[in-house]
Amino acid sequence: MNAYTASEMMIVAAARELANARVVFVGIGLPNIACNLAQRTVAPHLELIYESGVYGARPGRLPLSIGDPCLVSGAVGVMPMSQLLQYYLQRGLIDVGFLGAAQIDRYGNLNTTVIGDYHRPKVRLPGSGGACEIALMCHRVLIITRLSQRTFVKKLDFVTSPGFLEGGEARIRLGRYGEGPAAVITDMGIFRFDSITHEMFLASLYPGCTVENVQEQIGWPLRMADELDMIAPPAEEELRILRQELDPAGRLRM
Amino acid sequence: MSKLTTMREAIAELVHDGDSVAIEGFTHLICFAAGHEIIRQRKRDLVLCRLTPDLIYDQMVAAGCARKLIFSYLGNPGVGSLHAIRRAVEKGVPAPLELEEYTHFGMVARYIAGAAGLPFYPLRTFAGSDLLRVNPLIRQVENPYGSGAVFVVPPLCPDVAIVHVQRADATGNAQIWGLLGVQVEAAFAAKRVIVAAEEIVDEAIIRADPNRTAIPALIVDAVVHEPFGAHPSYVQGYYDRDTEAYIAWDIISREHGSLMQWLDEWVYGLSGRAEYVEKLGSQVWERLRPDEAWSGQVNYGRYR
Repeated sequence: MNAYTASEMMIVAAARELANARVVFVGIGLPNIACNLAQRTVAPHLELIYESGVYGARPGRLPLSIGDPCLVSGAVGVMPMSQLLQYYLQRGLIDVGFLGAAQIDRYGNLNTTVIGDYHRPKVRLPGSGGACEIALMCHRVLIITRLSQRTFVKKLDFVTSPGFLEGGEARIRLGRYGEGPAAVITDMGIFRFDSITHEMFLASLYPGCTVENVQEQIGWPLRMADELDMIAPPAEEELRILRQELDPAGRLRM
Repeated sequence: MSKLTTMREAIAELVHDGDSVAIEGFTHLICFAAGHEIIRQRKRDLVLCRLTPDLIYDQMVAAGCARKLIFSYLGNPGVGSLHAIRRAVEKGVPAPLELEEYTHFGMVARYIAGAAGLPFYPLRTFAGSDLLRVNPLIRQVENPYGSGAVFVVPPLCPDVAIVHVQRADATGNAQIWGLLGVQVEAAFAAKRVIVAAEEIVDEAIIRADPNRTAIPALIVDAVVHEPFGAHPSYVQGYYDRDTEAYIAWDIISREHGSLMQWLDEWVYGLSGRAEYVEKLGSQVWERLRPDEAWSGQVNYGRYR
């Protein structure tokens, strides 16, 4: 069996979640590399859309930022952000949105704004960017983040991007938006959301990871599926694309 | 009528202490040359508007040019934090900085309202977000044609917009390709517009490809020929984004002292962009030069 890092497993698992997806809204960092991997493996017809104004990107190298010039060359379309955000995203044409977060709660709400009080922050984080509208308007949302007590918290310091708010019907009461978070892909396993309470539960584990490992890293009593799925380790081809084509410098996968 | 001038004169004449200023460009076409000139001229109390403040506003905040930021994403794209802005917000160093925060869509909508001369602009983002709690300018109005409420934002009309472009003629007709960001909306929303161009071309070049014109001379006050003026951001087809510089800034900017040393060397110590380009050296420009990839041609037709 191949040796691989926890990050590589996480990226591969995230890419597999995009099987057969048509249009994905891509974010900075891990989502970026996962979507680029998916396009080369499980979703060859996947159109990558970037908030910078690019539709149908075919980047020749791993873009460091969502505004990289390699996203433009060879894309299907490039447009003003006003067009992309209104006609593609708000209009409801995007299947999947991919987001990361500094904090996440059990209902998939995300904080990328501040740690501490908004007006006197302990840590000032970047803020929403396009995350809030992506979380609201894509048909479903995939969240990718490493497990840690600091990230998986009982209560967010700030809701930047709404998931299921306080659970139950709360998101539906917001009005006609996308369905909300579908999965949280971590470095130990994958969470999904209960269809009634909308609380997240552990659905799958990666090879070598245990329920205890996961519970230690989250700030509330873990809920689990009746039967946990075991995720297959990265295939040789997935690792080859990651290491040789997408991230030869190892910036994201180490 | 030619509006060609130098960056020094354009900034001296068109940017005043206390102005709201938008140096726009989404990752692409960020006019660092203008930001550096504003720092050199020690402008004060500016309200800086940008979706992504980027390194340029980090530098301007550290230099003491700004009193307030209107923005939607406060990061070093693809790298991490903007340390100078964080120092200002978290510790008041070198001075406190007021924040007015939106999402990208919220900022775009504010520029659209400004550009279109509307009193507000409706959009469906913000629902369920705590931004509603901390920014009282984001409001709701009832849908006059149906039921339910819709979010609205007010126009953003900067005193000055500064946009970098691939090419412009001497009067300010400007063409852009690659990421368009909000260059057009910011320019039309602003009271005064400075266009900085990699190349100044004949009007005939503009007229040969009118679909590529983003900003008309009609709204432009000054045109500056400023090759490499967007480094370390980039200009599609001219030079790549200098990723190494963005990564290096993460270290340089961690301490106020080392950041100010950098400003001494690369901003205060230079007379303008031409010296910056020379100081950076041909090796850097060689590294950043992309291979060519020309578009096909389209036939506009000649009509008699």
